[in-house]
Amino acid sequence: MIDLLRYPFMQHALLAGSLTALGATLVGFFLINRGMTFACHALPNIGFAGAAGAVLLGFEPVLGLFAFILIAALVFAFLGGEHRERDIGIGVVMSLALGLGVFFLASYSGYAQRVYAILFGSILGISAKQVLASAILTLITLAAMTILFRPLLFYTVDPEQAAARGLPIAFLNVVFMVLVAVTVTTSVQVTGALLVFALMVAPPAIAMRLSRRPGAIVALALVLGQIIVIMSILMAGMSASWPVSFFVAALSFLGYAGLRTVQALGSTFGREGRTWKA
Amino acid sequence: MEGMIRSELFANAMLGGTTVAVVAAVVGYFLVLRALAFASEALTDISFAGATGAALIGVNPLAGMVVLGLGAVLCLGQFSERMRGRDIEIGIVLSFAMGLGVLFLNLYAHSSASHAAAGVGVLFGSLMSVSVEDILITLALGALVIACLVVIGRPLLFASVDPTVAEVRGVPLRGLGVIFLALLAIATAISVLMIGILLAVSLLLAPAASAVNFGRRPFATIALAATFGVAIVWLGVTLEFFGPWHHVPVGFYISFFSSFLYLISLVWKRLISGSEVRQPAHADREVSHHSHG
Repeated sequence: MIDLLRYPFMQHALLAGSLTALGATLVGFFLINRGMTFACHALPNIGFAGAAGAVLLGFEPVLGLFAFILIAALVFAFLGGEHRERDIGIGVVMSLALGLGVFFLASYSGYAQRVYAILFGSILGISAKQVLASAILTLITLAAMTILFRPLLFYTVDPEQAAARGLPIAFLNVVFMVLVAVTVTTSVQVTGALLVFALMVAPPAIAMRLSRRPGAIVALALVLGQIIVIMSILMAGMSASWPVSFFVAALSFLGYAGLRTVQALGSTFGREGRTWKA
Repeated sequence: MEGMIRSELFANAMLGGTTVAVVAAVVGYFLVLRALAFASEALTDISFAGATGAALIGVNPLAGMVVLGLGAVLCLGQFSERMRGRDIEIGIVLSFAMGLGVLFLNLYAHSSASHAAAGVGVLFGSLMSVSVEDILITLALGALVIACLVVIGRPLLFASVDPTVAEVRGVPLRGLGVIFLALLAIATAISVLMIGILLAVSLLLAPAASAVNFGRRPFATIALAATFGVAIVWLGVTLEFFGPWHHVPVGFYISFFSSFLYLISLVWKRLISGSEVRQPAHADREVSHHSHG
């Protein structure tokens, strides 16, 4: 395993993976509390269509990825209506985007490997330049989230009060959705579009079952995200043919399901499972 | 010769596609009523793990999808009879299934050079290469789902629209919920076989959601949903075989027409009947009508 760490590709993967996980878990915490978990699953899949379109037109796939995710995130942020209708809307937009992706992919006569990398992730093949890019994007995300943490939390917990106190709701919404688009795009590199959900939502979901205080939840989620990503990359590196995204999904599932089981057992012995609810 | 093979493929695709469209639309109606959009998305991803796992051990993909789907439903059913408000649980199960699918696909694609492109068929479907046996199994499973829904339709509708009153009247909510999820798993599996993992949701969701925006009474709405589904599939299959772009898979046409239809239904709802949500109310009236009489 020490040998493995000497390879530049492993160093790049670990660095980019752990940086990305910082932003992803932080944004994921707010996505859960705003009831946008389905959107979090849909956005990367929508981005896939953008990436396929960009390849077809001869642009960098990541540009198309980001553009589609950003547009969809802004649309989802302002989707009104009750929960059920919003979910249907998200589902329909997602299938339309995936259909477009299929169309772009089928129309592209060249080598579509780059598009498949978007679906399945490519962290073990990441270049030094891409590591630098994810470092810069993570820094921006972390800085913005630090500044916006309190107003965003206020707005998430009690949107009506926040509006009454004169918080710039529309501005907050737009900035948050830009951050969502940035973190989803960088997360796609690590886990692939199909599995961004596990990276963004599982660590805060586990943390929310362990504590009630927002600060503690976020700190725990950041640590859990780091553990999951670093372990996944190391395990994938050692196994050679098993993908990183599988380990991210499996570790998230085991962590969450294990905790639920322990808490269920605990509550039958008279102790309540603790959860923080927005 | 080639023309004959083509027309046979076309007939198979139409037959399989029509079956799936009807089943998906009928199941989809209840899916929309029960707000299970995300759960159905999860079931397609579980199908992904089932199909790729079956391919890896050399079993029929449809069998893998049905077995894993039913297994997942039994697990998820433990949490709650209704999946509403269970987004995190569903999402984490979904991710795990997707992760398994990616792993199986990876192992399968590396197992032989001829398998390298296997992912494309599973993800995007392959009506062109569906075998006659697959179509027969699809017909049988589809008939089973419809028959079950005919039997449990009325109590299921009642339980979906007004669970509190239904429970008081002695409708077994949990049992019905799990049975419906099992039917949804089967419907998802046959939809995935036809149009692939990534697009099965468009056939399950859009025709039914559009019909709910247009329709008033439950039975008429279900019939409308089935008509929409069949029309979309016929258009899609015809365009795939005879359309200008021969390389474009049917899933693109299906997702495009479904979304377009849903958009029209939204506009219709806003224009004709105002912005109020009257759909649950009508179903409620219908049900209480029958249970009184």
